[in-house]
Amino acid sequence: MIKSFKGKTGEGGILPPFAFLKRTKSEDFIFLQILKASALLVSIVIFAFLVTLFLSSWPFVKTFGLRALVSRVWDPINESYGALPFIVTTILVSILALLLSVPFSLSVAFLTKTRNLSERIKDLLTTSLHLIAAIPSVIYGFWGLFALAPIMRILQLKLGYPPYGVGIMTAVLVLTIMIIPLSASIASEVMKLVPEELEEASYALGANTYETNLKVILPVARSGILAGFLLSLGRALGETMAVTMVIGNFNNFPSNLFGPGNTIASLIANQFNEASGIHQSGLIFLGLVLFLITLIFNFTGNLLILRRVRK
Amino acid sequence: MVKKLLLGTLLLVLTGLAGAQGVELTGAGATFPYPLYSKMFDVYYQTTGVKVNYQAIGSGGGIQQLIAKTVDFAGSDAPMTPEEESKAGSEVLHIPTCLGAVVVTFNLKGINELKLTPDIIADMYLGNIKYWNDPRIQKINPDIKLPKLPVTPVYRSDGSGTTFVFSDYLTKADIKWAEKIGRGKTLNWPKGVGGKGNAGVAALVNQIEGAVGYVELAYAKQNNMAVALIKNKKGNFVKPDIESISKAADVKIPEHLKVSITDTENPEGYPISSFTWILVYKDLSYLKDKKKAQELYKLLYWMTHEGQHYTKELDYAPLPQSVVKIIEKNLTTLTFEGKKLQ
Amino acid sequence: MKTRKYMDKIFKAGIITFSILTIAPLFIILITLLKWGINALNLDLITKIQRPVGERGGALNSIVGTLIITTIATIIASPISILAGVYVAEFPDKLISKITAVSSRLIAGIPSIVIGIVVYLWCVKPMGGYSALAGSIALAIMMIPNVVTATAESIMMIPKDYREASRSLGANFTRTTLKVIIPFALPGILTGLLSSFSRIAGETAPLLFTSFGNPFLNLNILKPMSALPLLIYNYATSPYREWHQIAWGASLILILIVFLVSIISRLGVKKWKA
Repeated sequence: MIKSFKGKTGEGGILPPFAFLKRTKSEDFIFLQILKASALLVSIVIFAFLVTLFLSSWPFVKTFGLRALVSRVWDPINESYGALPFIVTTILVSILALLLSVPFSLSVAFLTKTRNLSERIKDLLTTSLHLIAAIPSVIYGFWGLFALAPIMRILQLKLGYPPYGVGIMTAVLVLTIMIIPLSASIASEVMKLVPEELEEASYALGANTYETNLKVILPVARSGILAGFLLSLGRALGETMAVTMVIGNFNNFPSNLFGPGNTIASLIANQFNEASGIHQSGLIFLGLVLFLITLIFNFTGNLLILRRVRK
Repeated sequence: MVKKLLLGTLLLVLTGLAGAQGVELTGAGATFPYPLYSKMFDVYYQTTGVKVNYQAIGSGGGIQQLIAKTVDFAGSDAPMTPEEESKAGSEVLHIPTCLGAVVVTFNLKGINELKLTPDIIADMYLGNIKYWNDPRIQKINPDIKLPKLPVTPVYRSDGSGTTFVFSDYLTKADIKWAEKIGRGKTLNWPKGVGGKGNAGVAALVNQIEGAVGYVELAYAKQNNMAVALIKNKKGNFVKPDIESISKAADVKIPEHLKVSITDTENPEGYPISSFTWILVYKDLSYLKDKKKAQELYKLLYWMTHEGQHYTKELDYAPLPQSVVKIIEKNLTTLTFEGKKLQ
Repeated sequence: MKTRKYMDKIFKAGIITFSILTIAPLFIILITLLKWGINALNLDLITKIQRPVGERGGALNSIVGTLIITTIATIIASPISILAGVYVAEFPDKLISKITAVSSRLIAGIPSIVIGIVVYLWCVKPMGGYSALAGSIALAIMMIPNVVTATAESIMMIPKDYREASRSLGANFTRTTLKVIIPFALPGILTGLLSSFSRIAGETAPLLFTSFGNPFLNLNILKPMSALPLLIYNYATSPYREWHQIAWGASLILILIVFLVSIISRLGVKKWKA
């Protein structure tokens, strides 16, 4: 067959039996455009999000400027929109949860690094962490309200505080449980990247497990682990349901760690449905602020991970 | 496999869209009457087949969603403010559906009844009275041994008509409160914890020893919670129940039906009683479907007539006849696309 | 000398203890759910819809709602995310890819309550009402980053030879991608889809201002619809014991769905990586 076509070419230098290839070039073109459009659509979504957030916050910012970020009293009916209590509480609760989670995440990471542990146990650990991460936020809130709060009440009565049960501490505890999986898994992944030779050399020089892990492996994996922590912090900042169910919904600075307070996300959940005009614009502005704070932590975390991986 | 799944879902979606034959009404707002409304709408569905989806997101939420026209009607224990009415654009009818009471409930072991006065209540919420065995409380309750337990005020975290009624009363009855806090659906509470909806407040009071909260009577009754007797304007300590609520409504009712009956002059009236309203635009064109408008009218008529049978068993007081007459007149002014519904 | 030994012992004991404590909440929460929810796991729970306090109600409308809203969200999110993932994987150096990758990460960082607000402004207000569709759109947006990443990573793992072999057989880019690349990446893509599915099935915040809730069984996605997380949220914060019961039961069902899908997707990863 090929012999008979020798020398006879059609358009574009393509032999007739393979003319279908030309059609497929336009097919490629169409397909490529579809792929490009889909990719662009993703960017359009986030772009539209940001535009909506900025446009809807504008009325509030135009009227109050950025004063809301430093004023202390949130009292919409008296036209007072001070968001400082919520910003402070949001960051406070998230950082406390992060700090509490450190020993747990690091322990899990160290454990998965040791060679003396069977693969099955390590798998059990990883699977358990995945499942903890999979539990929906509202169930954490539910559990926090019914299982944790009563215990907090007993503790508070013993220590002489009013037995709120709900409050900053309860929210921190629930949040800690929720963010451990993320920081633990990133810490584990980062530690796996630490070269085995380093570990072996350390043992060969006579160091024990404690010294090898804490003084050799940890410093090397430091930036990656920090990144993991920053990403968990980002996650904690935006957590809504679990927090709003156990934080007590008190729109002022918490008087102590056992008292109630409110985060930005929880405030929005409480008040958005009934807000309109400047009040609604103010809540959207706070949502934007929350997003931006989260962005900063996530961005820094991702940057550190990239640097780690490149090394 | 994926194809089958997609096909199945498509079929389901189409069926769902097609099945939208029966009229469904969507409402949102007050949690104050929610025990009554959920019973009423359940019965209404059983008898007429019309589904009424009412979400109790608080009076503030109801009013805002009505203004945004994302719901067909709103429920509120607070009449719309002038700002809200101007935002709404066109006239909104306030249709009372029942009478209820905002009770002061508390969690003290072994104590089922307590006498309280408005200034004491105000001071508990303002943080001036820190312990239950405060001499002011003890003085008016000489027979009760009050514990030295911290007072934990519980309030509403969402925009609430119940808060409005409660604060409306305290504004009238206590000068300190009027100056410091005032009346409104969302207030700047100086102390305590917030719960979502009447339900959330009741739940928190139940869980926290030494808590004091304000909820609608039905919630306190349903959960066997202790209720305070409150000293009314005439100096009598009145227990909230159907009679004392009805007596408080013994006032001149204006045509627009937006009347506050707190701090009643009636010597046997409970001082924190209130109407609760369903809000609809007078011009129902925003419902886009004439049938829907007619069903809404029928629902409102039923709620204010046959529906009243269900009030007493849930500890709400029925509407006085004088009010029902005005409602009937106001309902006839409902229009759809320029023409009267009737 | 002794201190080193001590520290070593303490260290080893420490990491074991803390690791056990880390997974303890999983069992504590599950046991609590089972203890309080097992009584609610009766036929009523899955056959009856929500009823007023005092009547025997169930979670049927919420179970159906969760399944519908989550499935529709997956259907909305899949084409865009998968195709975008393909592009990012096949043309990683192009500007569009880099922008998409950044955008995807940005979307992942939006707090879920903020997504709810924006979709309320985009869909609920203009449509003049709450709807399951608005809820699905909000959830779909949350799914995009995971599916894009899963798709891109799966495709990038496919060896170059596959593509070259396909091209040498005469297939163009389209045919190569559709008939060779995507099928090979499918396990990874499905894993991404399933794990996103289980994640958004439990989301509440985006549904608060979009799907709204509905005590009746509703199959119409243009109307408000209930969902398990909404049911749990409302019932858990109420004072009624019978509603708490239903909420525990609903929590068990929700966790069952989430865990099942999550485990299936992880088994899928194992099989595929092998």
